[in-house]
Amino acid sequence: MDSSVTISRDVPTDVSDPIMAVLNSVPDPEIPAISVTELGIIRAIDRDEQGNPMVSITPTYTGCPATLLIERSVREALDEAGLSDVRLRTVLSPPWSTDMISDTGREKLRAYGIAPPPKGSANRSLRGEDLVECPQCGSTNSVEVSRFGSTPCKSLWRCKDCQEPFDRFKCH
Amino acid sequence: MTDYLYEYLLRLGDDSLILAQRLCEWSGHAPTIEVDLTISNIALDLIGQASLFLRYAGAIEGQGRDENKLAYHRNSEQFRNCLLVEQPNGDFAQTMARQLLFSTYSLLLFEKLELSKDPHIAEIAAKAVKEVRYHADTAADWVIRLGDGTEESHERMQDGLDWFWRFVDELFEMDDVENVLLAQGIAVDRPALRAEFDQRIGFVLEKATLENKPVGWALRGGRTGMHSEHLSPLLAEMQVLPRTYPDAVW
Repeated sequence: MDSSVTISRDVPTDVSDPIMAVLNSVPDPEIPAISVTELGIIRAIDRDEQGNPMVSITPTYTGCPATLLIERSVREALDEAGLSDVRLRTVLSPPWSTDMISDTGREKLRAYGIAPPPKGSANRSLRGEDLVECPQCGSTNSVEVSRFGSTPCKSLWRCKDCQEPFDRFKCH
Repeated sequence: MTDYLYEYLLRLGDDSLILAQRLCEWSGHAPTIEVDLTISNIALDLIGQASLFLRYAGAIEGQGRDENKLAYHRNSEQFRNCLLVEQPNGDFAQTMARQLLFSTYSLLLFEKLELSKDPHIAEIAAKAVKEVRYHADTAADWVIRLGDGTEESHERMQDGLDWFWRFVDELFEMDDVENVLLAQGIAVDRPALRAEFDQRIGFVLEKATLENKPVGWALRGGRTGMHSEHLSPLLAEMQVLPRTYPDAVW
């Protein structure tokens, strides 16, 4: 499990394990191939002032319309698993970056047809970037078609070898 | 003091909100579908930033107003955005000229606001700065492509840029509100950003084969609610639904 969720020592595993199991089962609404934990937006499991377990979620982009939907899906999944006492909160810092996407998440993105951002690329210059690998045929002979794609987190590319268009996760 | 912080947050939030609303006018009308996506996505980021700043403004004000109440139930003289963002889009070149000027300014501002002594402002800025950097790069790409393009695209790009220079000085002006907050380490020293701004814009314009001709006079007033005639019609469109049906929900 290569999850980046920080689990507080105040939360024993018999509490955190079922919560993690639920979170691992909630897909991202716009890229259902990966879970919200693999996307790296679940930041922590700890306790609120009343001692209730609390899950911290961070948005990918400030205006991402999926943010509200994700919170609702997580809430419903927790309720369904009998974990209604678990509280949710939104945190902004540290800001989400593509480096928080797990290795498994990256592989699943590629298999789904989305070129994942290279690890450690979040703070790299946006210009004169590295080669982008086509998720269909693996060729790096590709070209950016549009700096923005179907969601705020992706740009649109085309492979010049297999001619397929593909989405690429923006380095962020 | 609380009033000053509230005022400052309105300025930050309103800049993003009003520009986002302007950019939305391109939805379905942009030159290509990719450009349509680009402009709408920039607008979406700006709306996200606006809601964070305005939500915080409402909390500081303490009158129970949230970001929606502040966005939809204020009149034009209560808005604190700069004049630049409320100006009509003009053609695509003009829109990209404004985007380059605004995003470059916004990037420099947020890079400094990340260090604000107000922790919530700092974390919003740290989040927004990554988005704005991408906007500034995107706008620069288009300014270069159009400026260094055909005779007509060059001319339109130059015209668009020349028109917007008169709204730039306002972005770098301070008043009592911001001087007090600056002394407390909350606000940013705007005039100190100007040299870097001019340098970055100059760099893009040189690559774009465009002339850098800032006007010698400036238009100002947005920060105190003295807006151009263009803001009210924009607000009318943005606010009509929640004002007609105040209890409407999704």
